[in-house]
Amino acid sequence: MSQTEHARSIRIPFESSQVIRDLRAGDALLLSGVMYTARDAAHQRMLQGLERGEELPIPVEREVIYYVGPTPPRPGQAIGSAGPTTAYRMDPYTPQFIEMGLGGAIGKGYRAAEVREAIRGRAFAYMAAIGGAGALLGRCIKEASVIAYEDLGTEAIRRLVIEDFPVIVINDTLGSDFYEVAQEPWRRTGGGG
Amino acid sequence: MREVHVDAIASAISEMCQSAGVALTDDMLQALEKAYRDEQSPLGRHAIRILLDNARLATATGVPYCQDCGVAIVFARVGQDCHVVGGALSEAINEGVRCGFAAGYMRASMLQSPLDRRNTGDNTPAVIHYDVVPGDRLELAITLKGGGSENMSRQAMLKPADGVEGVKRFVVETVANAGPNACPPLVPGIGLGGTFDKSTYLAKKAIMRPIGEFNPDPAIAELEKELLVLCNETGVGPQGLGGIVTCLWTPIEVYPCHVTALPVAVNIQCHANRRREVIL
Repeated sequence: MSQTEHARSIRIPFESSQVIRDLRAGDALLLSGVMYTARDAAHQRMLQGLERGEELPIPVEREVIYYVGPTPPRPGQAIGSAGPTTAYRMDPYTPQFIEMGLGGAIGKGYRAAEVREAIRGRAFAYMAAIGGAGALLGRCIKEASVIAYEDLGTEAIRRLVIEDFPVIVINDTLGSDFYEVAQEPWRRTGGGG
Repeated sequence: MREVHVDAIASAISEMCQSAGVALTDDMLQALEKAYRDEQSPLGRHAIRILLDNARLATATGVPYCQDCGVAIVFARVGQDCHVVGGALSEAINEGVRCGFAAGYMRASMLQSPLDRRNTGDNTPAVIHYDVVPGDRLELAITLKGGGSENMSRQAMLKPADGVEGVKRFVVETVANAGPNACPPLVPGIGLGGTFDKSTYLAKKAIMRPIGEFNPDPAIAELEKELLVLCNETGVGPQGLGGIVTCLWTPIEVYPCHVTALPVAVNIQCHANRRREVIL
């Protein structure tokens, strides 16, 4: 498994549904383009707004949401430390965003079975960035501007311009889960003593 | 009676927050370097390489190692002959956190209330554990505890019949379930014995111990060694991408317990193991 040496450059928002459908669990990608940040609070607020008949503050068609709450930038920096947060907290909201045509999400950690099922057959990819590598990942973010829910502070929705942002595809349209695939060969125990 | 002024306490806490936010301790860096040498999975090795690069970059640029700068957990060992002057000790600690997080451009993650979820804006309050000890010194140990790993922590009131095998099973299951959610390689702090609350306190105390330092009780040290092997057989590996280094260390703290009980707690610590300590 030397995916990382063969990382593919991909533009986001994804150029077509086919580009997303062609992604496979385990693919290492270097993403460049524009993506939006949102965590639990922002997801909840977006869906509550929709229920009231309001428009979403971000485009979703083939777009990518990054689950991150960055540290404040020092003067002269675009953003501070900006690694992924744990994705399962967004599980209750993700299927609805997939329905609306969202192209992908970046976080870390396992997704619920319902989310993996919601991804199957759709043009959506769940991708993981290296959790805790916030200083390094922040460097791939060239511009950051708050575009909605400023009162949420670190959890506000930001528009990020990124360059060669490294991720690994975890859950793909075929229903594969790369964590399962990657761990299996190294498992020596069923769980304890 | 020796006096310590609250200003000295606030400034020590502030400095420790800023320094811990951008630099892992040496024992932790060495553990990651060893993990890089030991790991056999190429993807796992790659993940550790990135973490080492991230550590170097954070220290060089002053950008926090992780965006989750954590809850400030403080263990204060107050000498019974030490007199804190100029104000309240807890307030001094919180003032230190407030200043340190602002000066270090660190993220405020603490909420006023778990239900209304409004951010306090300055990462206070800290979670403070006090212990009164002999002597006239004030020892302050701090860790910046990330939420992702904290969320994967668990406690169980096992039956005495479950015995050491039950303890091992519970620890390994907790580590396996935590998987990539908790940002491995991990340091699961293990609290064994006491009561329901004491076991979780012990687990937190365990993660304060430097990597490589065994429990002084040889039998518990043996269990620590065995648990490290078992945890690393889960296959989770660095970042959950598969491999043989899921945990860097498995420290256990022990306390006597009730005849009916076998409490065990596992407080998961991620690789952003950011500790500092000072004696005033």
